[in-house]
Order: sequence, then structure tokens, then C-alpha cells
Amino acid sequence: MASYILKRLLAMVPTLLGVAVLIFVLLRVVPGDVVEARYLAQGSQFQSQDLMNQERAKLGLDQPLWKQFTTWMTGIARLDFGLSMWTGSPITEEIKLRFALSLQLAIMASLLAQLLAIPLGILAAVKQDTWVDYAVRVFSIAGLATPSFWLGILMILFMLIVFKWVPPMVFTPFWVDPWQNLAQLIWPALAVGYRYSAVGTRMMRSAMLEVLREDYIRTARAKGLWLKLILTRHALKNAILPVLTIMSLEFAFLLGGLVVTEQVFNLNGLGMLFVQAIAHRDYTLTQALVMLVATFFLFVNFFVDIAYAWIDPRIRYR
Amino acid sequence: MKQFVRVFVLAACAALAAPVLAQTPRHGGELVFPVPSEPPSYDGHREETFGLIHPIAPFYNTLLRVDPFDKSGTKPAPSLAESWTVSKDGKTYTFKLRRGVKFHDGSEMTSKDVKASYDKIIFPPAGVGSTRKGQYADVEKVEAPDSATVVFRLKEPSGSFIASLLSPYNFIYKADILAKDPHWYEKNIMGTGPFIFVEHVKGSHVVGKRNPNYWDKGKPYLDGFRAIFTNSSSAEVAAIRGERAHIQFRGFSPKDRDNLKAALGDKITVQESPWDCILLGAINHEKKPFDDKRVRRALTLALDRHTGSKALSQIAIVKEVAGVQVPGTPFATPPAELNKLAGYWTDAAKSRAEARRLLKEAGVPEGFSFTFKNRGIPMPYEPLGVWMIDQWRQVGLNVKQEVIEAAAYFGVIRKGDFEVAMDFQCGYIVEPDLDMYKFLSVDRNPANYGRYKDPVLDALYDKQSRTTDVAARKKIVREFEKRVLDEEAHYLMTLQWHRIIPHSSKVHGWTVTPSHYLNNTLDTVWLSQ
Repeated sequence: MASYILKRLLAMVPTLLGVAVLIFVLLRVVPGDVVEARYLAQGSQFQSQDLMNQERAKLGLDQPLWKQFTTWMTGIARLDFGLSMWTGSPITEEIKLRFALSLQLAIMASLLAQLLAIPLGILAAVKQDTWVDYAVRVFSIAGLATPSFWLGILMILFMLIVFKWVPPMVFTPFWVDPWQNLAQLIWPALAVGYRYSAVGTRMMRSAMLEVLREDYIRTARAKGLWLKLILTRHALKNAILPVLTIMSLEFAFLLGGLVVTEQVFNLNGLGMLFVQAIAHRDYTLTQALVMLVATFFLFVNFFVDIAYAWIDPRIRYR
Repeated sequence: MKQFVRVFVLAACAALAAPVLAQTPRHGGELVFPVPSEPPSYDGHREETFGLIHPIAPFYNTLLRVDPFDKSGTKPAPSLAESWTVSKDGKTYTFKLRRGVKFHDGSEMTSKDVKASYDKIIFPPAGVGSTRKGQYADVEKVEAPDSATVVFRLKEPSGSFIASLLSPYNFIYKADILAKDPHWYEKNIMGTGPFIFVEHVKGSHVVGKRNPNYWDKGKPYLDGFRAIFTNSSSAEVAAIRGERAHIQFRGFSPKDRDNLKAALGDKITVQESPWDCILLGAINHEKKPFDDKRVRRALTLALDRHTGSKALSQIAIVKEVAGVQVPGTPFATPPAELNKLAGYWTDAAKSRAEARRLLKEAGVPEGFSFTFKNRGIPMPYEPLGVWMIDQWRQVGLNVKQEVIEAAAYFGVIRKGDFEVAMDFQCGYIVEPDLDMYKFLSVDRNPANYGRYKDPVLDALYDKQSRTTDVAARKKIVREFEKRVLDEEAHYLMTLQWHRIIPHSSKVHGWTVTPSHYLNNTLDTVWLSQ
């Protein structure tokens, strides 16, 4: 197991290097840079080419690409992600600010999704082709068909029209004021969690149906074991594996991918930071964010694989 | 009878006094406003976005300001300078500074600080960015002969120098700090303004609290303000509607205004103004057949601006038919005169017939195709782009639209890789020198995306710029306008933007102007509840 873990960790290095090359090149292929975004986009009357050249030199954009890349890589090796080209602030500071909100939202949406998906998926499988199953299927298909941001807009409009209330616009950490914090984040968590739970419910149902048809389940039933015990002790352990994979990947996605939902609820999260970084052609910040999300995905995958072995003792890694 | 007269007189006095009392500013409260953009740094001398002005301007003063109650947004008013004089030759401006003005750190503001701030703007040291340096090309030097006097010496007389000092970006910084580190103000805030900086949480908000030692005694009225950065207009509308915010200073669409008014009724007050922003059609003179002025004239003649204004103002943030100056401002051409220019005629059929005639004369065949490049921003680029293409089709032109992502747009246009493209101009004050600079020959202004050279136009610009007599200057501005929009049709104007500010009726002491960069010091603003 230890050698497997080591191998997997080492395999992350070339993957991340590949991601780094890809994002570095892609950003520079797209027209425009941070200096143009800063000095040409505002429609001002006086534009100075000298000033733009001076700014480019200050940011190192006048250097050859290979030099820009090696400077970036050397920085990463020292865990120094550099400064945002747009704000001039350290990138770690820019990300840290938004990470708390995004992480909390991802955790809340995941918890909500799992609380719904696992019991509903099991219930639908056990009560296959009954009205319960149909109801769960309608609920989950509606969740898959409804974009989170649209559900978010509906929620806001509903609260606005019925209660003349909208969620707070500014993030308050949970430990500072739990009520304010939840008043802001519960709605996006519900909007995102619903879609997320729909994916999980569908997966849980089909995995559970497959497992329930296995011989060992039939044997357990024939032995006269309680259904509850069969489900929790025998069926769930096997059925949960694909659900775990899909839910973990969704969790990783939630950290940086909630762009539109963050926009709808005016959340200062990583998704919005991502969009702003791209719109401003903030190369250093975009690169750092891509690397962060890629690393997060790699680690989530890694932990899922480890969890597989823990849940299912038949799985052994070499 | 005596009793009746007494009661009547008292009642009359009370009735007369009521509106006065109702308008008496009230102290207290926190003004909350969303800001749809966030400043990259805090340095006004370096940045160009309203995202800096809205949350940061309340911490600073400028030498002069625009009168906060002037709807045209052009009338100069004292700020840190309490008076000024101009020498007979029009080349020396002397400003007397207010005494007893303190920076937020308790130190006194003197002419040394004003000089250091303007030196940074006009003559920035190596490595220091100043985006408005070009605007002060006429300034020879800035002097501070004593602690309460600042003198600007110009190389030539200027009709716009006072207006250029009204820039809301020209914050007065502390000289000692600038001497130690000219970049200090990029990451720090410390001015003489009515509010003191409390915090900026990046991506979230800026908070300011009342400056108890503000030089304008009794002001500001507010205890503080909270500027919240937002990502979408729907979130801003929801914030106003849900009474989480009082006002958004940039502007809303007509639909947002109508929805807010319908939902909140008297709780909402709407202020509107022509907006000193406009989308322009840049016609690339280096591409055939657009090097032919008959073709360019046909392009502008095809646009029925008067009908377009009525229709587009219902759905987009545009309204006024305008020349090179915002309607309702001192140098704007009166409508009767403006309507004589090509493309401004009130008879659209006649205008289009002339456009067709010119195209034919220039040898442009019926159904001639070209590509119109537009910027990937929905409002108002999209509706205006669609409207222009439709108008051109009506004179037999076949136009294909190519939408380019917003951040990449000006980089592409700047390289000249287009035939006709949407261009954009926004100003902090309506002033011919600022608004007409755009149209100067490309060797004088690289932001002239029409890429033409017109020495006659340049000479007219310089002449009006040197003219200090307003009537004489107006005449030259008209000549300039006629040449750029009609005779040569170098550029074409679409419709002036229209600024709509629906705000909580609790907000008082704030007047809309044509510029979303003005009136954000917030010293005169108060909340009635």
C-alpha cells in the first residue's frame, strides 16, 4: 500500500507539469493581455503606448515565453505563486480570501446532496417500480434538468416577492456570526446541492439495484437476515463505491466551478475569482487557480482510490 | 377673528416650513451601495475605472471639484482650493488653498502636498504609471510659493485647464509619503476626504467611517458607507429591491428601473441624465472602400437616429441623439443645428436615398458585404450592433457581425484588423478637449481606431483648445463637429448613453450628472431614515 501511495503521489508531478504547460500556452494564445484590459477597456481618451510598454516590462510580459515559464515554475518549486498581475497582491492572499467561502459552500452542498442522495437512492432501489421509486426518479430527473443558477434565481425571486428579503451580500465567516453566514450560504448550497444530489441519487439507485441482484444478497435474504441489516452491512458497502467516485469529483468541481451560481448570489468565491482573472488576462492568477483546481482533483481522486480499499477489503493495490 | 388670523398665520408658517424641515440634512446612517467593478489598486492617478472612484473617492479630496448639485456635471466648485485666479495671458493659474485641512493621520495639508500630487500625475518619476499625463501636456510646471498657494504655469493658454482639474481621479496625496515611496498609494489609503478608510475585503467590500475632523464643518452627514462589489446587475437590482442597498451609482437599464418602480413605488426615486459615454462606429480608413468619404457618409446617413432613439431607449441604456458633446451641456450643439448634419436629418427616407446615391457614386454595388466587429458585452453593444446592421441593410449593405470577447476586443481593434468596428468613449466630465481628443489624427492619438490623418481637424482642435472665450470656442467646436461627423464622416456616433439611477427614497443630497465618475465624495449625501 505504501509503495502504491508513493507511486501515485509521484505520478502527480508529470500530470501537474502537463497542466502547467497547457494553461501557460493557452492563456498566451488568447488575444489581449492584462495591460490592454487595464488601459484600453475603459474608453478613456488618453492612452499612452509608453505607459503600456512600461507596465508590460514591469510585469515581465516583455520577456521571452520560455523565460516567463521558467520563472513561474521556479516560483512554484519554492511554493511562491507570485503576485496577481491585476492587483499586485500575493496570489496566496487573493485565493485564501475566497477559499473559505468556496470550501464551506462545497461542504454544505455535498452534505446536503449526500443526505438526500444515499437514502433516496436506496429507497428507490428497494421499492423499485412502486410509486416511491417513481417519485424519487421524478425528483432526481428534475434535479438533473434544472441548472443550479436558474434554481438560484427562482429562489431569490421567490424570497424577494413573497418575503421582501434577499440573502446578505457580504460573506461573514461562520465563527463570526453563524446566523448571517447561513443566511447567505444556505440558498446557494440548496440550489447546488439539489442538482448534485440528483446525480448521486441516480447513481445510488442503479448501483444498489445491481448489488441487490447479487447471489450473496439472495443468500443473506434466504438466511432470513433483516432487510435493514442486508442493506447496511452487505449491499451499501458495495453499492457506495461508484457513488463515492462521482460525489468526490462533484465536490472537487464545486470548489472552482460555481461561476454562475456565485454570480447569482453575489458570492465572493473561487469561481468568480477565476472568471475575473480570465477577463483581466491575469496570467499569474489564472495559472495558480488552474494548478490549485488540478491539484485538488488529483488529491480527491487519490483519496477516493484509497477509500475504495478501506471500504472494500477485496481491493488491494500494488 | 384675531384668534382665527393667528391660527391661520401659524398654519401657513408651518406649511411653508415643512418642506424646508423635510430637506434639512439628517446626520447618521450607513450608505450601502453595490459597485459593479473592483479597483486593481487604490491609486487614482494610475487607474481608469469607476470601480476605483465609487468606493475610494470618499477618502480623498481634489483641488477643485464639480459642483455636486450641478446636473450638467460641468460647473467647477472649490474643494481644497477655496479660490483661484487666472493671469491675463491665460497661462498662469493661481490657487489659494483652504487652511486647517488635515490628512487622516492628523498632519496638515499644504501646497507641498498638492504640488507633489500633481507632479506625480503630470511628471511621473520613472517606473510610476500616470494614465492622465497626456491630458496635462500644456503644463510647464507646478509651483508652491507658500504653504497656501499653488501655481500652475502653462505653455499655452487653455480653454479646458480648469475642467481638467475637476478630474475625480486627481486625489491629493501626502507629499512626504510620495517622496519616500511613490507606489505607496497603490496599496494604501490616506487622504483628507470626508471618510476614513476602515477595511477592504477583496472581492467583497470597502468600508469607510465618518471623518470627525473633516474641514467642511458639519459634513459628512453619514456615519459611514459600505461599498459592496457585485458581479451581476441582477444581484444589484435584487439588493436595491430587497433594501439591502440604497443606490448603485453607475446605472441600471430601463427595464430594471421599471421593475424597481413597479415593486417599490414611492420607496424608489429615479434620477436620469444623458450619460457621457457613447458607442462610436470606427471606420477603418485603411480598408477599401472605407477610404472614400462618400462611403463613410453613406454609413452615417443610413442611421435613423431619431427613430432609433425612441425604440432603443426602451430596451437599452441609450437615448439622446448627440454630436461630439453630451446634450444639455455648455458646448453641446442645439438640436436644430445638429439635425443639419449627415445622419441627423429628421427625414429618414431622404437620408437613406442620399446614402444609396453616395454608395452608387462611389461604385459600391448593391448588397456589398462587410464585417462589423462588435465587443462581447451585452449592454448596450448588442442592441446597438443589431440596430446598426439593420439600418445599413436598408441602404443595400450586407453586414456580417463578428463579436469579439470583451477583454480581447481593443487589442484586436488597435491592430487595425477590421473594416468597421464598435468603438467606445467615456469621460469624467463633458469638455471638448477631452471628448474630441479621440478624433485627432492617428499619429497624435493611437486610440483613433479610424486610423486616419486629418491636419485640418487637428488644427481645429488645437484652435478651440487655446481659445478661452466660450462663445468663440463653441463656434470652433461646431466646425470640428461638422468636419468629423459630416464632411469627412471619419467616425459615426450612435446614440448617447442614458444614465438611470433608481435609488432608495431615503437617499438625499446626491444629484445625477452625465458622468458616473462624478459626485462620489459622498460628503453631501444623507439618509432620511
